[in-house]
Amino acid sequence: MRSVQRTRIEADLVRDVSLVCLAGGVVGVSFGAIAVAGGLPAWVPVAMSLLVFAGSAQFSAVGILLAGGGPVAAAATGLLLNTRTAAFSLAVAGHLGSGWLARLAGAHLVTDETAAFTLAQPDPARRRAAFWISGLGLFAVWNAGVAAGALAGGALGDTARFGLDAAFPAVLAALVLPALREDARLRRAALPGAALALAATPVVPAGVPVLLALAGLVLHAGGRRPA
Amino acid sequence: MSGELALILALAAGTYAFRLAGPLLQGRVELPARVQELLTAGAMVLLAALLATGALTESGGFAGWARPAGVLVGGVLAWRRAPFAVVVLAAAGAAALLRAAGVP
Repeated sequence: MRSVQRTRIEADLVRDVSLVCLAGGVVGVSFGAIAVAGGLPAWVPVAMSLLVFAGSAQFSAVGILLAGGGPVAAAATGLLLNTRTAAFSLAVAGHLGSGWLARLAGAHLVTDETAAFTLAQPDPARRRAAFWISGLGLFAVWNAGVAAGALAGGALGDTARFGLDAAFPAVLAALVLPALREDARLRRAALPGAALALAATPVVPAGVPVLLALAGLVLHAGGRRPA
Repeated sequence: MSGELALILALAAGTYAFRLAGPLLQGRVELPARVQELLTAGAMVLLAALLATGALTESGGFAGWARPAGVLVGGVLAWRRAPFAVVVLAAAGAAALLRAAGVP
């Protein structure tokens, strides 16, 4: 019975992750195509996707390169965007597995989406399964998509036409809103945090707004002081 | 070494260092339950902020109406505990339909 339930849960997880993989693969194709259409050699988007594996940082870095901003500005912006992965890695570290290889390899798979899938699960066994299924799935399709886009060029056109730019915030909505609905303390921290991030977006560099949202955590105490 | 290669290596090394923070601390330092709870809450606060900024903004400005409208459709469905695929496909479908109708 237990194993039947478990198989069922993992089948649900694989189905949900597959949908995000499909969307991620299409965005990967567009990333590869944009980079090559802008004049970069095909190995640049391919190597960047394998080694950096962070969509928003990759788009920003390539955007700055193509706009003539230079590699230093491109790297600095990408790093600023990726500082949040440190917070995600701290939150999911307990769910990667126990061996060193699992931790070292798992660290590379920490992204917004893998953290969201992991933390949306109710227990440690499912969190670990969610981390690895989403991490390996997204890594495979993202890199395959980028390579295909870099080789094929701009045949895909603008992915906004398919509403894909709305799909990624919706993935976060599906994974985060149920927790916010259940947990009033989390709501008290997350809503002002998100409002602060929105207010700061026009005036601070990319990557900083979501970090400012962490200030909302002071409202998470709910009468208890942090240890 | 070309500028592009240096950029990729610097960005990759820095990003991996951020990602190692958790696994390196894990098992070495016994985190109090309250700190563990705050780390999870912090990750959820970050994800909620990414949801808000990703839905409404693009390159520091307003993203146009189609995307936030699509995300709103998905958000209402998510709040009402609709299945994951329904939430995501409804958001993308609503944004795509609005764009096809000429909404930016």
